[in-house]
Amino acid sequence: MKFRLYRYNPESGKQPYMQDVELDIDPAGRMLLDALLAIKARDETLSLRRSCREGVCGSDAMNVNGRNRLACITPLGELSEPIEIRPLPGLPVIRDLIVDMEPFYRQYRSIKPWLINDDPVPETERPQSPEDRALLDGAYECILCACCTTACPSFWWNPDKFVGPAGLLQAYRFIADSRDEAMAARLDNLEDPYRLYRCRGIMNCVDACPKGLNPTEAIGRIKALLVKRRV
Amino acid sequence: MKLAVGAHTGTGTWLMQRATAIVLSLALPGLTIHFMLAWPVDFAGWQALFAPLWMRVLLLLTVLALALHAWVGVRDILMDYVHFTGLRLALYLAVIITLAGSVAWLAAVLWSQA
Repeated sequence: MKFRLYRYNPESGKQPYMQDVELDIDPAGRMLLDALLAIKARDETLSLRRSCREGVCGSDAMNVNGRNRLACITPLGELSEPIEIRPLPGLPVIRDLIVDMEPFYRQYRSIKPWLINDDPVPETERPQSPEDRALLDGAYECILCACCTTACPSFWWNPDKFVGPAGLLQAYRFIADSRDEAMAARLDNLEDPYRLYRCRGIMNCVDACPKGLNPTEAIGRIKALLVKRRV
Repeated sequence: MKLAVGAHTGTGTWLMQRATAIVLSLALPGLTIHFMLAWPVDFAGWQALFAPLWMRVLLLLTVLALALHAWVGVRDILMDYVHFTGLRLALYLAVIITLAGSVAWLAAVLWSQA
């Protein structure tokens, strides 16, 4: 199979370039990550992140034939050749397919992704009704791979100010949680022309999400809450 | 450098964009059909189209909605691409003057004694 890989090593002093690679591999039953690891076995200078190899850890997000995907759950057979592989767009490249995730994590941290509840700690757990628990479906499954946020042009133009789809989905996850007491503060934190309202609903995030989540819908629900408390 | 975020605004602007979109989606096809039915018109016929007060009020409100809608959209584009605050403010001002001037000009034309 034919591959075109983005290569960049800042220590070499050379500009980034695309490397053509031929690999003898049977695509049946194999994922893109298998091919990349086979290429790395031949040329160990190829750098990429990977860990769980089953779409749970979210480390091997990359741009494959123009789409952000997880290499480990992308079947080789469904990709057209040459398979062009680049690092996630919109984040600084550290080396080859490894990007600096810090701008992404900074936005994630900014929404306080933890439960805020000042009540005395109960002896057992804090129970939820099945209906309240159902509100978290579609929000808690995010693995923070950054496929969605780095597919979003609003994040490309304002990565320092726009929270991005992954961060906003997580913000909604805590806003919707019946055990969380900080909804008003969380909405205050997001009500900003840049932090929330850079989203114009183009749904690149929905298209990119390898877990089939819908950040645009969550963003819509945040906006609906802001409208409700205002009008 | 630290960034000042948390303006506590944006919801009103977003709501205005949605509301004006609804106004435009109703008014623009209606006005277009109204003009098409009267086509072709000479200058006197064209003037007669705008003789009723409701027509002039409707057109002015529609164009006002268009201007507000355009303001939010163009402001969004400038916020995306123009990161130097001074330049962005100057461009905002130019857009506001152009849009407000166009609406005022339309009002003057509609209510002029020709």
